Amino acid sequence: MKFSYFPGCSLRGTGRAYEESLLPVMKALGVELQEIEDWNCCGATAYMAVDEVKACVMASRDLALAEKMGNDEVLTPCSACYLVLNKAKHYIEDAPEVSEVVHKSLSTVGLKLTGKVQVRHPLDIIVNKIGLDEVKKRVKRPLTGLKVAPYYGCQIIRPYCTFDDQADPKTMDRLLEALGATVVKFPLKTKCCGGSLTGTLPQVGLRLAYIILKEAKKRQADVISTVCSLCLFNLDSYHDKISSRWEPVAVPTVFFTQLMGLAFGIPEDQLGLNRNILPFRLKELASAR
Amino acid sequence: MVSKNNELRIGFYVCHCGSNIAATIDVVSVAKYIGTLPNVVVSKDYKYMCSDPGQEMIQADIKQHRLNRIVVASCSPLLHEHTFRTAIEKAGLNPFYFQMVNIREHDSWVHTDRFLATEKAKALAQAAVYRVAHHKSLETKKVPIKPAVLIVGGGIAGIHAALTLAESGKKVYLVEREPSIGGHMAKFDKTFPTLDCAACILTPKMSAVGSHPNITLWSYSEVTKVDGYVGNYKVTVKRKPRYVVEDLCVGCMECIKACVFKEPKFSDEFNEGLGKRKPIYIPFPQATPQVVLIDPNTCLNLRTGKCKKTCMQACDRNAIDFNQKETFVEVEVGAIIVATGFKTFDASRIANYGYGRYDNVFTALEIERMVNASGPTGGEVLLRDGSHPKAIGIIHCVGSRDNKTNKWCSRVCCMYSLKLAHLLKEHSGAEVYNFYIDMRTPGKNYEEFYDKLLTEGVHFIRGRVGEVTDWTMTPEEEGKLVIRVEDTLAGFVRRIPVDMVVLATGLEPQADSQEVRRLFNMSCGSEGFFLERHPKLAPVNTFTDGIFLAGACQGPKDIPDTVAQAGAAAAEAMLLIDKGYVEQEPNTAFVLESECSGCKSCVSLCPYNAISFDEITKKAKINEALCKGCGTCAGACPSGSIVQNLFEDSEIFSEIKGVLAYE
Repeated sequence: MKFSYFPGCSLRGTGRAYEESLLPVMKALGVELQEIEDWNCCGATAYMAVDEVKACVMASRDLALAEKMGNDEVLTPCSACYLVLNKAKHYIEDAPEVSEVVHKSLSTVGLKLTGKVQVRHPLDIIVNKIGLDEVKKRVKRPLTGLKVAPYYGCQIIRPYCTFDDQADPKTMDRLLEALGATVVKFPLKTKCCGGSLTGTLPQVGLRLAYIILKEAKKRQADVISTVCSLCLFNLDSYHDKISSRWEPVAVPTVFFTQLMGLAFGIPEDQLGLNRNILPFRLKELASAR
Repeated sequence: MVSKNNELRIGFYVCHCGSNIAATIDVVSVAKYIGTLPNVVVSKDYKYMCSDPGQEMIQADIKQHRLNRIVVASCSPLLHEHTFRTAIEKAGLNPFYFQMVNIREHDSWVHTDRFLATEKAKALAQAAVYRVAHHKSLETKKVPIKPAVLIVGGGIAGIHAALTLAESGKKVYLVEREPSIGGHMAKFDKTFPTLDCAACILTPKMSAVGSHPNITLWSYSEVTKVDGYVGNYKVTVKRKPRYVVEDLCVGCMECIKACVFKEPKFSDEFNEGLGKRKPIYIPFPQATPQVVLIDPNTCLNLRTGKCKKTCMQACDRNAIDFNQKETFVEVEVGAIIVATGFKTFDASRIANYGYGRYDNVFTALEIERMVNASGPTGGEVLLRDGSHPKAIGIIHCVGSRDNKTNKWCSRVCCMYSLKLAHLLKEHSGAEVYNFYIDMRTPGKNYEEFYDKLLTEGVHFIRGRVGEVTDWTMTPEEEGKLVIRVEDTLAGFVRRIPVDMVVLATGLEPQADSQEVRRLFNMSCGSEGFFLERHPKLAPVNTFTDGIFLAGACQGPKDIPDTVAQAGAAAAEAMLLIDKGYVEQEPNTAFVLESECSGCKSCVSLCPYNAISFDEITKKAKINEALCKGCGTCAGACPSGSIVQNLFEDSEIFSEIKGVLAYE
């Protein structure tokens, strides 16, 4: 199985651990990822908010480059990239005033966009395309006894939820169960992590992160599993501040791919687990049990 | 009254329809233009052509100017073609020397440019004038009506229509899909706003249906085929096997006691899954017919063939028959009333409300059963763990007035939510909260009922609920379900902890409404409810003559409206039957024998089996009584030897010429 791969900026920055765990996991699943050559910023939500048309032009270049590679699908692990690329596709298909500018701009650099490439999230690819049976076959160290709170955040399910329920997504729950973990019932699985408000309006943003962490702790989760670099950043980086403002809610957060890697028997030091601020150590948890 | 020398004398009339037409079309100039056409003797405009003075004007002109063709440009022929045909017939002219032009629905209502709309009206009117010149004198034929009515659906609508017709002496066949008639109403505890016991007012009508000599009740049956036309429908009904011979069973229920399953074990449909039943069961105590049935999916004998069949031994009337197969019966009726009802919205579609995820989130229909004294809890309001709720939240508009699910208002939910609020408070003493968008209580004594609830201490919070969650934030919320809602009167977001959530699910078309629509050749609105012929003036008619609508299959409605509509549908069917015959439009096809080459291509194409092949003359023959005037054969005939009345080539070509000739 082969996909075009669009890492986006965060997987090379704050979310490096995401890529460090995604690549060996996909390799173990027999998937070949071909990185889009010379990809550019997707524009993220910020650019979309300023100028939608120009933001679509920027995202369309990545889509056109992916199309040129000849693969039908582009794997997009970052939630923001996933949302923006899908949004751009949607605008280009449905709004002539956008598509006109996009096609004109692309033609000046010799690119073409037909829209045949689908933008898919690794969670969707792993569960719905590769299948949980294949995942189970590769589990060497099942996460038995590990209580995981599945946390989806907002961008991969709203508004372009192509593979799950918007209010009660279950794809990651099923994947975690296939890894042998105990999935905690987590009513806040799609609530806001604080987003960029942790930086701009900390009194609001931090409170939102605190609510998620508090609930995970209350539900006795050992770890929160996320799909998004920003979610991980917010839930992992502010424990000091949250602790001093409210109470200690020390539940570590990791990428779902890191949990997959652990279950697949990939050594911990090859999964970016050292990058967490609040560390997650499977062995310590196991011995504590 | 065509003049002796066959001279054409056409009268043209254009209607203002108040301002409906005249505001957009310059009717004076239309009349002036048509007046210049050859053979047009009279050309006038008038405020309301359909009024008595309008009709009298045409009649006077026919006499005074010896008119022999009439064209009226006004509204849709569906509304007034019959009016004008009758008017000119009274003046002594054959009613088919008439053509109507629709310049309202097809022109003034859909255009805004006055000049272009006027030009279009002139072109359409010219086409009709060209066409009418070729019209022939035709006779309508009268076909006798089968004096029986088929009613599909045995809810309160079907029951009321059946009894009305049967009491008036008409033969009724009532077909019900479920094992018992009664429909949704049989499941309700009380009815709003009077708080009458639903069963007390419904079950006497049910048993009247079961015993009425003029009603044949086919429960556990479905209509599978409908042939024919108004007055002469031929209907095939599938009778599903209940593995119990209906004529032998007296409903003593000894077999149920004797079943090898000592305890009821399977989800009970009538109690919305809150109770249990055995594989052999009767849906509810007052079921009509009082006949047990066996569920093949749970019966040990039907599933595995290995059972002691204690039920058979217990039945001293030998009514149990495991070899029963589905059978088909055919019946001929003059009219059909479709009363197939509704289904409630699937609450799990709105995941935020937690139905299916949280144990103590219920649908309103489940609560109807729960508060019923003969229901699964004996009328006690209980949470799933058997404890009593201290606070209950009722969420309105679940699957109604919502762009993500159904856009329409389901009309009954506000009122039934008020009723349930009253009953829940009365039965449990709990605090009851209603979460509503708007309180919609239009109906006799409905607003007064709402007032009463306000004084009873039920809480009302205006706002669409965002979610039901077990995410708690305070000690008071611990162990409860929290309803998060923007209180739009207070102006902030609230969290209301409750023990039980009731979802006021909306009304939807039945899951198979599209198949039913096709079966009876009806139309549906965009939301899937069956479409009435006219929303105001023909609310129980469909676009197919002789097929009528009653109840919620036409749109959400409460019991009083359903019963009123069922009565109206029964009256329409009665009117049809008492008239004794139907007049058929003489738009039938006929074969020009001299031209027919005997290729038989028309024979198999006719959807009404009206064409036969005469082996002696080697020509096709059309049975006029069976022909419905669809035109398929006339279009398909390779030698052009089939002609259809009112749609002859000369008529259609001259009509086309009339449009194209206008510049």
